[in-house]
Amino acid sequence: MFTFTLKKLGAGFVLLIAIPAIAFLLMGASAGNVGRNILGPAASNEQVERLNSELGRDQPLLQQFLDWGGRALTGDLGASWYTNEPVASAVVNRLPVTVSLVVTTTVLAALIATVAGVAAAVYRGWVDRTVQILAIIGFALPGFWVALMLALVFAVRLGWFPATGYIAFTASPAGWAQSLVLPVAALALGAVASAAQQIRGAVIDTLRQDWVRTLRSRGLSARRVLFVHVLRNASVSGLTVIALQFVGLLGGAVFVERIYALPGIGQVLSNSTAQGDIPIVLGVLIATTAIVVLVNLFIDLAVAFLNPKARQS
Amino acid sequence: MTTTPLALEVDSTDQRRSLLKETLRSPIALGSAVVLVLIALAALLAPWIAPYDPSASDLSDVFAPASAEHLLGADSAGRDILSRLLHGARISLGGALVAVAVALLLGVPSGLVAGYYGGAFDVAVSWLSNLLIALPGIVVLLALQPMTGSSVWTSMVVFGILLAPSFSILVRSTVSNVRNELYIDAAKVSGLSDLRIIRRHVLGVVRAPIIIQTAMILAIALFIQAGLDFLGFGDLAAPSWGGMLNDGFANIFRGPHLLVWPGIVLGITCAALALLANSLRDVMEGATSSGTAGRGRRALVHPTEDAEDALPAPSTTALLEVRGLRVAYSTHGQEPKEVVHGASLRVEPGEIVGVVGESGSGKTQIALSVMGLLPDGGRVTGGELTFEGNPLDPRSTEKLLGRSIAYIPQEPLTNLDPAFTIGRQLVEPLRVVGGLNAAAARKRALELLARVGIPEPSRVFDAYPHQISGGMAQRVLIAGALSGDPELIIADEPTTALDVTVQADILDVLRDLQREQGMAILLVTHNFGVIADLCERVYVMRDGRVVESAPTRTLHDAPREEYTRMLLSHILEHGPSRTALDAEVAEEVRA
Repeated sequence: MFTFTLKKLGAGFVLLIAIPAIAFLLMGASAGNVGRNILGPAASNEQVERLNSELGRDQPLLQQFLDWGGRALTGDLGASWYTNEPVASAVVNRLPVTVSLVVTTTVLAALIATVAGVAAAVYRGWVDRTVQILAIIGFALPGFWVALMLALVFAVRLGWFPATGYIAFTASPAGWAQSLVLPVAALALGAVASAAQQIRGAVIDTLRQDWVRTLRSRGLSARRVLFVHVLRNASVSGLTVIALQFVGLLGGAVFVERIYALPGIGQVLSNSTAQGDIPIVLGVLIATTAIVVLVNLFIDLAVAFLNPKARQS
Repeated sequence: MTTTPLALEVDSTDQRRSLLKETLRSPIALGSAVVLVLIALAALLAPWIAPYDPSASDLSDVFAPASAEHLLGADSAGRDILSRLLHGARISLGGALVAVAVALLLGVPSGLVAGYYGGAFDVAVSWLSNLLIALPGIVVLLALQPMTGSSVWTSMVVFGILLAPSFSILVRSTVSNVRNELYIDAAKVSGLSDLRIIRRHVLGVVRAPIIIQTAMILAIALFIQAGLDFLGFGDLAAPSWGGMLNDGFANIFRGPHLLVWPGIVLGITCAALALLANSLRDVMEGATSSGTAGRGRRALVHPTEDAEDALPAPSTTALLEVRGLRVAYSTHGQEPKEVVHGASLRVEPGEIVGVVGESGSGKTQIALSVMGLLPDGGRVTGGELTFEGNPLDPRSTEKLLGRSIAYIPQEPLTNLDPAFTIGRQLVEPLRVVGGLNAAAARKRALELLARVGIPEPSRVFDAYPHQISGGMAQRVLIAGALSGDPELIIADEPTTALDVTVQADILDVLRDLQREQGMAILLVTHNFGVIADLCERVYVMRDGRVVESAPTRTLHDAPREEYTRMLLSHILEHGPSRTALDAEVAEEVRA
């Protein structure tokens, strides 16, 4: 179990190093004259050159990368090229918004998808058909499209929810919940749809296993076999699909934060991308990759706990 | 997936055409296809059918509502919404197509090579795929925006690279499954080149999954493309659906209709793609599942001309009595197929009774009917089942299971829940059904394990199913069957999956237990050797009917039926494999 965890940690670490490194080199190579972009057309060439050398942009790309990488390893991710705000604080301050959005959505989507998927697998018939049709529709409609439509109907037309803005949980729990209703609903639809389909399939496959019949032959009720044994076995693929959904939700958050004006890292990412503020973009990328690695590690450990066979490989 | 070489030899265009034809029979699929064709046509013909130049703005028409002049109204710059939608389709669909084409070009060949040859390339491709798929695509796309710039096409090429793993992983797993099929080996032996094998045999198998995946990926690429434009990272001068949504969102209070039209078009296109993909999948899965069902039950279909078999008189002493049992299976939307046509048998207390027959003769169906545990779609359609003189119905059976009736299954390793230790699986019924407390249940489970000849009960108790051998697992299953002190054990091919030496051990265990405890055993098998070894009486089954029944001795010395004689002739051969026997039986039955 220990080597298993270590292996997964190692793989995650490689990802955490590789992704920002590749991004740095690609972005650095194509960023153009950063000093000119920041100072605008009115600045003199001397001013632009001075800024470029301050930012290290006059060095060869590889040197820039080594400088940046060396500082990044010590925890110093630099500062925004435009506002001078340290990257670490820019990201960390926005992280709670995105995390509360994505985690709430994941938990909610996992619950709904499990109930719907298990019901479809166990009852089949019309329950199954209804779940299937809803799942296809939910999958097909782009998350940001749903977000737009929900905003149009419930915030603009009906005015039931705030159209924009985020209220911190610590400021007002009720306000926090209300500000998250539409964003979470928009994000959850697609996640529920895919996860319900997968969970349905996993439960149907598990119910067909020979050992289900054998356990029933020992006098255990169908309900007990379902809840104790079948769900435990099916949960392995359930968790895997939820991990994938989580990654998808981080992407969806970029749109949803933009539409509902939530100050999360998705919004920071789209703003800094538009400006070409590379240090911030890299910071967001590192944070996102770290979250993905952590979630995958957590899921791997959970799967290993649930499936004794996986612990060995 | 079951694919025969025969199916693959069929001309590939025929196969593709029939998949499409079959799919378009469903109204949803047909509707989706029509919608997609219309949208594609609109995109192609936009320069000719659009009423206005999509970029021509007229300041007097800013936010104009729908009218005869502007059918769908005008946007924030007074440009005609309909014309922009038509032209926008070119960018939105074109961008999505570019991404999918790149993903296909990279993903399919890499998946083919990785799945077919394996080795270091496979490891590298899998690693890279898992790395790419672990990241949210839109975040990476945005991070790389300084490189891709505002060009739709470059961003979509990059997105295509990010999408490639979903094809690569799909193709790799499909191909590596096919790779180990016998007909691929046969093709290799007959000297076909790898390229030819891939073209003839492998591509045929992966084509359909790729088509389905393509429709799904197209929907995803379409919405990511629109999403980029919506966020304002596209080429703002060119009309696109995402750009129109951006304009609508910026003016959500002044002109909600700006948001509605591109929203509807985008939603409909994505929905049509997903529905079409789903219908394709339904057709494919339907084809394979009905195919296997047909194959599995062909031997069981039998005209029911002699439906009214004479029923034996009810017995007063029998422990288990089955009279005129009929079992039928119904698959969705098809006529139920009867697989057991009025079979009767009887087991006296403490008696070991055999049921013998080729696979598919219905013997297992009888065993499962007694326990009320027929698989999905199967049910008892006629006849009577009684246990100790009381009729068996679903409710009464449920009470008898694990107490009076126990079951020993065929495949030891697939009959243990892989997620729990052996001990937990033995203890659970002892506690839930038997009402023992934790300590007593544990003690009893260890006793049971020792009883079936397991040398280190406590080690096996703590082991997971994948950590023990098949013979050991079968002993565990026998121990589980014993846990309720049953009066009847139903053993379905209890030795078939085991090595010959282990088979003898397991039969010894069963014989000893029966001698000590005096329970009755209903032994279902295809192997007359096992019957001769254990059973006092035997029923011979064929095609869902009992064709002969007699004490084992009598049957052995003077079988009445040719079929019985043939089954008997197999005792002499040492431990024939089940499939070999089945093939021979089928051969001789046909002759």
